[in-house]
Amino acid sequence: MSYQDWFRQDRLPHIYCSGCGNGTVINCTLMAVDEIGWKENETVFVSGIGCSSRASGYIVTDSLHTTHGRALPFATGVKLSNPDLNVVVFTGDGDLAAIGGNHFIHACRRNIDLTVICMNNQIYGMTGGQGSPTTPAGALSTTTPYGSSEPAFDLSELAVAAGANYVARWTSYHVKELTRAIGAGMRTPGLSFIETMTQCPTNYGRRNKLRQVTDQVEFMKNHTALRQKLDRMRESGQKVPADVIAIGEFVRRDRPAMGVRR
Amino acid sequence: MQGNIACAEGAIAAGCRFFGGYPITPSTEIAEHMALKLPKVDGVFIQMEDELASMASIIGASWTGMRSMTATSGPGFSLMMENIGFAVMTETPCVVVNIQRGGPSTGQPTMGAQGDMMQCRFGSHGDYSVIALSPASVQEMYELTAKAFNLADEFRVPVFLMSDEIVGHMRERIDIPDQVPIVQRKSLQKGTLPFHPDADLVPGFPRFGEGYGVHVTGLTHDERGYPCATSPGLHEDLVMRLVNKIESARDRIADYSITNPEAETVFVTYGPPARSVEQVVRDLGRDDIGHLRLRVVWPFPESALNLFASAKQFLVPEMNMGQVAREIERHVDQPVIPIPKLGGNLHSPDELKARLEVLR
Repeated sequence: MSYQDWFRQDRLPHIYCSGCGNGTVINCTLMAVDEIGWKENETVFVSGIGCSSRASGYIVTDSLHTTHGRALPFATGVKLSNPDLNVVVFTGDGDLAAIGGNHFIHACRRNIDLTVICMNNQIYGMTGGQGSPTTPAGALSTTTPYGSSEPAFDLSELAVAAGANYVARWTSYHVKELTRAIGAGMRTPGLSFIETMTQCPTNYGRRNKLRQVTDQVEFMKNHTALRQKLDRMRESGQKVPADVIAIGEFVRRDRPAMGVRR
Repeated sequence: MQGNIACAEGAIAAGCRFFGGYPITPSTEIAEHMALKLPKVDGVFIQMEDELASMASIIGASWTGMRSMTATSGPGFSLMMENIGFAVMTETPCVVVNIQRGGPSTGQPTMGAQGDMMQCRFGSHGDYSVIALSPASVQEMYELTAKAFNLADEFRVPVFLMSDEIVGHMRERIDIPDQVPIVQRKSLQKGTLPFHPDADLVPGFPRFGEGYGVHVTGLTHDERGYPCATSPGLHEDLVMRLVNKIESARDRIADYSITNPEAETVFVTYGPPARSVEQVVRDLGRDDIGHLRLRVVWPFPESALNLFASAKQFLVPEMNMGQVAREIERHVDQPVIPIPKLGGNLHSPDELKARLEVLR
């Protein structure tokens, strides 16, 4: 079986804009699922509302496309009532960090055996480019026309602090690393959080001097560094530029988890 | 036994094995009892972070085939509204218990009320129909909770047990049957589209994990379950089916009792005011006072009103400002006289008798 067999062919073409990073993340997810050998009828994809959350509908398994911000509590119900199901949550920065922020920290605290994949494009894509809790300070959006005056959330650090067993951040440029991280998350009992920075050329790049898709992918390549490397730089007194994003594995641990297969 | 405990016991007897809830007065004893009892029957109790999450969790659990329930009161009920609409749109069976208290807002947490009857009917956005039951005794807390699960599974709709602080905290002796009747959710026939309705307008249920590969979305969807949100005809057909599957079964869902059908003055009640009216009818010993006591309020069983062929007026004591009285007005030509009561106390029989004197 190939990862392509997991696509719901009769739903294509998808709704994503050309150049969108979400497709890459879906591909990486399905490659990880295929590699692990999960079965279609034992796997459920759950999502909230937003561009990222449409992903569940393009996959052949049972899937639950829910309300804005609430994918995690829906997934909690699915997983706890049938721990034999593998449950993957697709979400985005608006869905997870704004309207669903409370559910996010509590799902991490409970450490429910879910794999949560956040497509963080730093913007509300579906509604036309409004600022989100992960929009970088100074970035332009339709609701931050003079540049965002708020600091952005670091979702991976939040997940670590709240208790998730596995946390990693990569980007849609780092396809191999992302696929490996999703696989590692799926294998780790407890809540696994994989944050992936994704380009949104239509609503983020266009307004932030990253007009070409390749500009934004290039940016993610050049403005990311392994977390460990950044730590070493800080320890040795070197200055880390503010726009460098830490990537890599943030935590892998064995806290007691809920909803693990019996 | 306390009403809230009877509710929890009725749920477990009916096969409820998932409870997601959040503490709120005056419903909390239900969650506490479920926390105590569900683990002993291999069920799942989880205290969620808020009522939005509680409602979401029971919908998720229902898709794995489990009978699931939550319990709350006014402020929590308000928070559940969006996901209640999701359950309606996705035809997810589940039971929501509302132990009503005085509102609006934080209101009177420890006092009974019936102020959420219209919110239960219309509280989420868009057009839809649901089923609401209203118990007037601890015995009915047990029986109607169990019944709610059967109705939820039969019609694939959220079913509301619209109780209140008075019955929830009342203690009475009850009879617990050896077993309660259980009507199982019908499964989707393999080869049938997942949202293709049968003759009763209800599609078979494609449980997660059985290989149906069903996509469930709150977006307007076709019979495959695929989003199709810009077709006017498809949306209209879907919403009308969701309404008609309930409204066309009104008489089958109806559950009421009738006293003195020849009477000219007829009380219509649901929930605790039924007790005061029963006392009045007993005390007066007259057969010109009728009583229609509803155990199902939504869908409204309008044909029951016609059973009082000589009725000249309908009196409707409610612990709100006349929410169901207005519904009755829509169906009859005779005068409908609301007898509203706010503040947490039940109408006393003497109050109702005095009201009858005035009307004479």
